[in-house]
Amino acid sequence: MTQLPTPDSEDLRARYPEVFSRPVSARLAMPAMLLGAAGIFVFGLVDLDFSPARMLAGLHQLGWITLMMIPPDPGSSLPAYLVALGETLSIALLGTTLAAVFALPVSLLAARNIVPSNLFRFPVRRFLDSIRGVDTLIWALVWINVVGLGPFAGVLAIAVSDFGAFGKLFSEAVEAADKKQVEGVRASGGNALHEIRFGLMPQVLPVIAGQVLYFIESNTRSATIIGIVGAGGIGLQLAEQIRVLEWQKVSFLILMILVAVAAIDWISSRLRFAIIGRRAVA
Amino acid sequence: MTVAVSMLPEQQLAVLNIAYRKAVARKRLRLALATAVFFAALVVAALGAEVNLGTFIAKIGNFVSYFDRIATLEGGARVWSDPGEWFWGWQKWLSLLGETILISYVGTLAGAILAFALNFLTAENTSPAPWLRFAVRRLMEFCRTVPDIVFALIFVIAFGLGPMAGVLAIMIHSVGALGKLYSEIVENVDMKPVEGVRSTGASWLSCMRFAVVPQVAAGFASYTLLRFEINVRGASVMGFVGAGGIGQELVVAVRKFYYSDVSAILLMIIISVFVIDIGTGWARGRLFGKEARA
Repeated sequence: MTQLPTPDSEDLRARYPEVFSRPVSARLAMPAMLLGAAGIFVFGLVDLDFSPARMLAGLHQLGWITLMMIPPDPGSSLPAYLVALGETLSIALLGTTLAAVFALPVSLLAARNIVPSNLFRFPVRRFLDSIRGVDTLIWALVWINVVGLGPFAGVLAIAVSDFGAFGKLFSEAVEAADKKQVEGVRASGGNALHEIRFGLMPQVLPVIAGQVLYFIESNTRSATIIGIVGAGGIGLQLAEQIRVLEWQKVSFLILMILVAVAAIDWISSRLRFAIIGRRAVA
Repeated sequence: MTVAVSMLPEQQLAVLNIAYRKAVARKRLRLALATAVFFAALVVAALGAEVNLGTFIAKIGNFVSYFDRIATLEGGARVWSDPGEWFWGWQKWLSLLGETILISYVGTLAGAILAFALNFLTAENTSPAPWLRFAVRRLMEFCRTVPDIVFALIFVIAFGLGPMAGVLAIMIHSVGALGKLYSEIVENVDMKPVEGVRSTGASWLSCMRFAVVPQVAAGFASYTLLRFEINVRGASVMGFVGAGGIGQELVVAVRKFYYSDVSAILLMIIISVFVIDIGTGWARGRLFGKEARA
């Protein structure tokens, strides 16, 4: 039987000093970071009024609530809920489409290969960033002030907040496009608009279509909650039923949302495959 | 020099041409149909969402003037002419903003710890049992699909008003979202170290600790930072339902038409989101930079 040579630790230590004695700062960095993170965590728990007693009482309550949710039962309001669900899906579809239509031209302005001047591109980018910094619910509050309560405010809220996100994503897609086609169009005498239409768009559109479909899916989720501030859809019903403690209806509504999101998820991934092909997604 | 172009005989060519035209026509028809279906869906959606262009056109002026109003102080002067008056409540707002960030920090960290514990059970290559994987996956899907503010609404009733409900809501949502991302990273690890550790007779836990975690730690940290950034935005509206943070103050200002307060609070939220964006972006860059160097 062969024996591995026993490592001579003294010899190794002499040969690779940097492995055996790392500087103190490097050795302490990780524990210090973990300790700091844990410290802030504990401070947060204390500062935010966490206490075992509250936690236990809350969990007890939550257990009761969960028990009362079973079985899910819409009562007599099923038709109203279905209408609200339709409203939510409409809000998601319309909001996303509007946002995409408006974001496309703006995204060209934010793309490096279309607008080479930093001076012009920078404000457009910051503008898109600040729109994204504000949550959809806040936009919904603002739009309610403008067009009144109802789903239309929800459509506009989703459109505005997605406009910021799409502007950024589309401009990234445009920047990633291949320059050769654009140069080809220019070489055959096309002007700047021709370059965009025939050189850029055929490359960018499938990517954009995929992103839009993905957003319709994620906006179905957002559209379920903007009702909480009064902007229509199933969130309005949900918030109402939670406030009046109708737990069976609440659980039914949550189930409806889950099913609807799963259905949209399935449809949009099928459509995505159809548009950009299985290969590009994987 | 002449180039001989070989042409197919007339008959064969005609057949091919017809086939080509048919294929193009079919493609165009499909595109037209898809467009028609899409527009029909849009019209139905517009009816469903009570879209009223009349109201929109009549009221769009309000949208523009809203920004004019939130940029005006009570006295009629522009907000930036008197920052002291504009940010009159800065001490209160700053402490609420701090609370918001703390809510998202505690929620994200607690969620990340739970997701870390659960994700090895759901990843295809490390899961100890198929039924366990199925169960934990469904649980995570549930946590992820129900929006965090809905959890907050329910928790406010169970745990009482205050930031605790917000933290728990963010935690649950983060477990779902991070658990999925984590398990995707774990599914992509190199399995050779795992086999190496297993061949020494190690238990499942040791395999995870010594073979998987060192490979995935940087990816996990990166996703957690990204999640933290998203959760700061989420926590800024938790106050809408009474779950703590600056949202409470904002919703009151919007509903009671304290215009200059709205702009002051919005500005503070946007700036802090920016700062956190940049900070986490920098930290993520460093994490991956380290990975690349190693």
